[in-house]
Amino acid sequence: MYKLKEKYTISVFTEDVVGILNRVTIIFTRRKINIESIAAGESELDGIYRYTIVITECEENVIKIIKQLEKQVEVIKAVYHLDNDVVFQEIALYKVKTSVLASGGKAENIVRAHNARVLTVETAFTVLEKTGHKEETQSLFEELKPFGILEFVRSGRVAITKPMKTLASIVEAMEKETESQDNISNLFNLK
Amino acid sequence: MVKNNEKKKISGAQAVVKCLIAEGVDLIFGYPGGAIMPVYDALYDVEEELKHVLTRHEQGAVHAAQGYARATGKVGVCIATSGPGATNLITGIADAQVDSTPLVCITGQVAAHLLGSDAFQETDVIGISMPVTKWNFQVTNAQEIPFALAKAFFIARSGKPGPVLVDITKDAQFEPFHFNYTTFTGMRSYLPIPKFNKGMCEKVIEQINEAERPLILFGQGVILGNAESEFKDFIEKSGIPSAWTILGLSALDSDHYLNVGMLGMHGNYAPNKLTNECDLLIAIGMRFDDRVTGNLEKYAKQAQIVHIEIDEAEINKNVFANYPLIGDVKEILPYLTAHIEARTHPEWLQQFRELEKEEIEAVIYQELNPVVDQLSMGEVLNLINEVSDNKNVIVSDVGQHQMITCRYAKFKASKSSITSGGLGTMGFCLPAAIGAKMGEPNKEVIAIVGDGGFQMTLQELGTIFQFKTAVKIILLNNEFLGMVRQWQELFFDKRYASTTMINPDFQTIVAGYGIETNKVKQRKYLKGAIKTMLDFEGPYFLEVMVGKENNVFPMVATGDSVADIRLK
Ligand SMILES: Cc1ncc(C[n+]2csc(CCOP(=O)(O)OP(=O)(O)O)c2C)c(N)n1
Repeated sequence: MYKLKEKYTISVFTEDVVGILNRVTIIFTRRKINIESIAAGESELDGIYRYTIVITECEENVIKIIKQLEKQVEVIKAVYHLDNDVVFQEIALYKVKTSVLASGGKAENIVRAHNARVLTVETAFTVLEKTGHKEETQSLFEELKPFGILEFVRSGRVAITKPMKTLASIVEAMEKETESQDNISNLFNLK
Repeated sequence: MVKNNEKKKISGAQAVVKCLIAEGVDLIFGYPGGAIMPVYDALYDVEEELKHVLTRHEQGAVHAAQGYARATGKVGVCIATSGPGATNLITGIADAQVDSTPLVCITGQVAAHLLGSDAFQETDVIGISMPVTKWNFQVTNAQEIPFALAKAFFIARSGKPGPVLVDITKDAQFEPFHFNYTTFTGMRSYLPIPKFNKGMCEKVIEQINEAERPLILFGQGVILGNAESEFKDFIEKSGIPSAWTILGLSALDSDHYLNVGMLGMHGNYAPNKLTNECDLLIAIGMRFDDRVTGNLEKYAKQAQIVHIEIDEAEINKNVFANYPLIGDVKEILPYLTAHIEARTHPEWLQQFRELEKEEIEAVIYQELNPVVDQLSMGEVLNLINEVSDNKNVIVSDVGQHQMITCRYAKFKASKSSITSGGLGTMGFCLPAAIGAKMGEPNKEVIAIVGDGGFQMTLQELGTIFQFKTAVKIILLNNEFLGMVRQWQELFFDKRYASTTMINPDFQTIVAGYGIETNKVKQRKYLKGAIKTMLDFEGPYFLEVMVGKENNVFPMVATGDSVADIRLK
């Protein structure tokens, strides 16, 4: 049975603890799913980390992964979205010889056409920055390639979801629910 | 003043011991070594309150802790040193993870300043154990110990239980600090028991009231949720035939009129076949393991499926549930029972009886009453049923004897079948039986093991000898790695590659450990030998020579549907 694979952005919110990144990635590697990009950092709430992970999979498997992520005791929430439901960007940096960007040159036009920013100019090299979707940063890369790219780096995708439920409201609900497990001894299989 | 204050400080190692006692632990299993020596030193002072059982291998310690946990329902605790001590625990931890056994494993670690330097006996046990633990944590200073252990116990036993590992650097074990212990009561990122959905319950109730051919499949969730009596009430009111996974075994009396037997690869004929004929399948605390379902493409496609489960990750993982009910069985089942109509399903139940008859004629009768001279494994189990009160704890290893044990042993009490299900760990049985016996000293604990698996952890006879643990060991010796040989016979043209066992004289070996032994080759001595064994006060070893090339049937071959279960 063929299942349609699509590109999904998975956002994972976790407590700020050592090793949690490893627990998160294990869930993908176990199923031999290639993580196309990953970005980690703090969220808008103190002490909560946010991982943005991009994979290509069928929805059925993505849901299984989401549940296994949420099963981790220090994962607060995991959600998944198609590209339509997120606003996302990647940032790319390009190091080229300053001489190729000498005024009037073809390379300079390319940089302008792509709306890339010049971050620093040294005698030997210049660092350019381009923010956008992968196709955009990649196309600048392709066009600059003939002129010689000394170094290139692209970040993982970072994404903001379009649906409006805030992390704060989710966390608040979870905190309430934990508290309402009033009779803690009920949780234990105590004899 | 300052001096007084200094006095109140205790070492991290002493704190470990105090935390264990505070959590109600009175028995732990382990093996010492450099990086855990401060904890051992602290244990020396509390021998009365907190007994430590020295196993002969760390794998023995973790399996013993598992056996203890499975028999008692309490958290099993084991400790080991860093490096090889810690890695030797991994098989047991993986086993506990997949079989949802609550364990707290404590490992020593090299001093914090040496971490990452390939120091002597340093391994990244946090990294290694991460995929097979419910949670793990590395402690590098003493202040973290009480909180880490409190959290460890909470996570291990709450919700769907599982193993946790706390790795403590040696310097943290030595470090003096002011000890203060509070039990852990919860965290926002982890909701052990989700509240069940009453709206969904209404739909399930309707389904149950309308079903003509309902079937219940139950697993260990019933036992872990302490819901055996709620379960019994539920099935009795609904009148639904109930079949078990091997982890669910003993949750319901073997002789209960609604107990229709074992599911899966070597399970009973009727529940496997009728899985594909029921109109409503109610799975309770089980996870549709592939050994239970056979080919998923041909599994219960005709039925509406209700899945009652505490772990949401199990819902729709293998089998799509039309009616998922996520929560605690102990709450959900009484709710359903209160609202369903009292029913019986005599004709449907009759179908099970008829298929059972077929199985008895084709398989069971011969297994229990062989016409050949060679003994069968089944007759050994049958005699145990006959001469005992069926309240034994039976611990089995992995292989043909395990399947035979689960198929034929009778149980009257919950938590009395202990076996490695999800991982199928050979060598589990002997140490797990030791742990079970130590946890339930007033129960008869019988270990049933094959000649292969026995030799994987046979060193634990030393533990039995030292602690005079009165386990009864039955070695079902077929001089083969029987289960693998069976597959070679059926699927590899009888090419017996590396499954023949040239065995040592087990009688001499076991006698060397000062354990009473006996060996039976002939039927006429079998019953007497089993009686003698059960009447014996201390540990006992009974070796039974069984048919070398006997097979376990029925069988659902890999890739087959459960409905295609073969009797031959
Ligand atoms: C640690 C481990 N290694 C290998 C296996 C694969 N395996 C499953 S059953 C079996 C044979 C078991 O032989 P024995 O203990 O003699 O029991 P029998 O099947 O003969 O009753 C083997 C090798 C396993 N389950 N566990």
